[in-house]
Amino acid sequence: MNDLTRKTAVELSELMSSGETSSVEITQAHLDRIGAVDDAVHAFLHVDTEGALAQAADVDARRAQGEELGPLAGVPLALKDVLTQDGIPTTAGSKILEGWKPPYDSTVVKRLKAAGIVILGKTNMDEFAMGSSTENSAYGTTHNPWDLNRIPGGSGGGSSAAVSAYQAPLAIGTDTGGSIRQPAAFTGTVGVKPTYGGTSRYGLIALASSLDTPGPCARTTLDAALLHEAIAGYDPMDSTSINQPVPAVVEAARRGDVTGLRIGVVKELGGEGYQPGVEARFHEAVELLTKLGAEVVEVSCPHFKYALPAYYLILPSEASSNLAKFDAMRFGLRVGDDDLNDAEKVMSLTRAAGFGDEVKRRIMLGTHALSSGYYDAYYGQAQKVRTLIARDFERAYEQVDVLVSPATPTTAFAIGDRIDDPIAMYKNDLCTIPSNLAGNAAGSFPIGLADEDGMPVGFHVMAPVMRDDLCYLVGAALESAYAEQWGGVLMSQAPELEVTR
Amino acid sequence: MPSITREEVAHLARLARIELTEAELDHLAPQLDQIIGLVAQVSEVAAEDIPPTSHALPLTNVMREDENVPCLTPEQALSGAPAAEEQRFRVPRILSEEA
Repeated sequence: MNDLTRKTAVELSELMSSGETSSVEITQAHLDRIGAVDDAVHAFLHVDTEGALAQAADVDARRAQGEELGPLAGVPLALKDVLTQDGIPTTAGSKILEGWKPPYDSTVVKRLKAAGIVILGKTNMDEFAMGSSTENSAYGTTHNPWDLNRIPGGSGGGSSAAVSAYQAPLAIGTDTGGSIRQPAAFTGTVGVKPTYGGTSRYGLIALASSLDTPGPCARTTLDAALLHEAIAGYDPMDSTSINQPVPAVVEAARRGDVTGLRIGVVKELGGEGYQPGVEARFHEAVELLTKLGAEVVEVSCPHFKYALPAYYLILPSEASSNLAKFDAMRFGLRVGDDDLNDAEKVMSLTRAAGFGDEVKRRIMLGTHALSSGYYDAYYGQAQKVRTLIARDFERAYEQVDVLVSPATPTTAFAIGDRIDDPIAMYKNDLCTIPSNLAGNAAGSFPIGLADEDGMPVGFHVMAPVMRDDLCYLVGAALESAYAEQWGGVLMSQAPELEVTR
Repeated sequence: MPSITREEVAHLARLARIELTEAELDHLAPQLDQIIGLVAQVSEVAAEDIPPTSHALPLTNVMREDENVPCLTPEQALSGAPAAEEQRFRVPRILSEEA
């Protein structure tokens, strides 16, 4: 029954409802798959075999008693290691939190549990979500299941790899500058960053509080929408949570009809620096949407080219403040506590030992940007640019319903290629960052393989604030049109991984 | 002419409470200089009369009722502490010898 790992969440749910299989069987099949391929992929930092099987058995028992269960009850999921889960090791990919077991559930985890979704374990990520490749994880790099010599994207590369290696049909990511969407693009999967404030940040180890957004990863648009619906909605524990109904994402993913939808191609997100195979697939997808009845126009967002520099001032500034809590006093690592060193010295030694290079770079950059004499020129100016980017979006949405671009300028690159070149690494997120700065919803959907390297390409859809449904509408339209051409979703073209046991 | 010197990076590391080795300074200082070169592009934008955005949502003063809600027990709160004593976090001494 190992083909259970090839099913979508929707299919698994149907198999459980009809009594053909149980959540325990499904969960065991995915645990076996993790055992078989994770030596090669390294998507997981922690696998909670016992807890997952207990959760699955509980769902099965409730189903047997005739309890009304949600649409994803009993379906397994991989959780990015940046969200707290009571009693389960949570590291955010950092040595400074090695062995830490949070004493509480994040809101996302609470909602997953309430929905009966089975949490298999915690996935690898760049340290504190700073990175685009998982190479900044203190626990080793995750490998892209399409080509194990390449990175799976980041920061949520463990989640995207778990989904594309059939270790889990669903995963949770968090997106601060593209950490859900870029890994989705690189692994031929679906990833959506909800509207900022649409999903709760409570229990999410903060990178940049004004940008961080948890969201769904899956192999199909409908699976992603169902997961989105399960975790989204107002949370009084997050003071930036939006107190409005969740957008009708599931209905949009089922409908997938773009007739009459006005789509704007962002002129500035293409051309120089973009891989030809990425641009070719992107333009085909735009043509396909035209054939499906959408009205496509070109739109200019002149300030988007300043999104990257503004982001690399705003993010490090917020991160340098957020990461001040890793002070060796209340949780995590403590180094040099020898009765001679004072607290400040212990703090400095601990942070030196516990943080990796990229975290050190960004903390120092943030400290610099916020220091007196530089504040106005850097952080202050970046905030003004943020206003101009939001205005570019507003102006564009007067003409069109959604904006589109490639999700990334290139496909997944080789492990080691950009690790010591921060600026080349940062440019991964050129297309995804504007939506974080403006807070609107955006998603990446698979549209084929680049000719040069046979690696997946993602199509980026940016929708207005609280119109997350429009991302799913476009994603579902593309998915069903391509499924007719390819005989299935893009993932069905992925090479088989060698099974080690 | 670098936009940030090695000495300035060393100073930032001290402000950020990160003890850097000489080798790390050699490695990180030129990278930070490059990154500052990139982010300085924001100065090209004429934005004198543009209001700053600190946050995508226009929210102010989010309030709730002042009601007691369950919280962590002392044992839970101390469960991740590097050192604890008498139901408290045990920390290294705060004052230095000279003080």
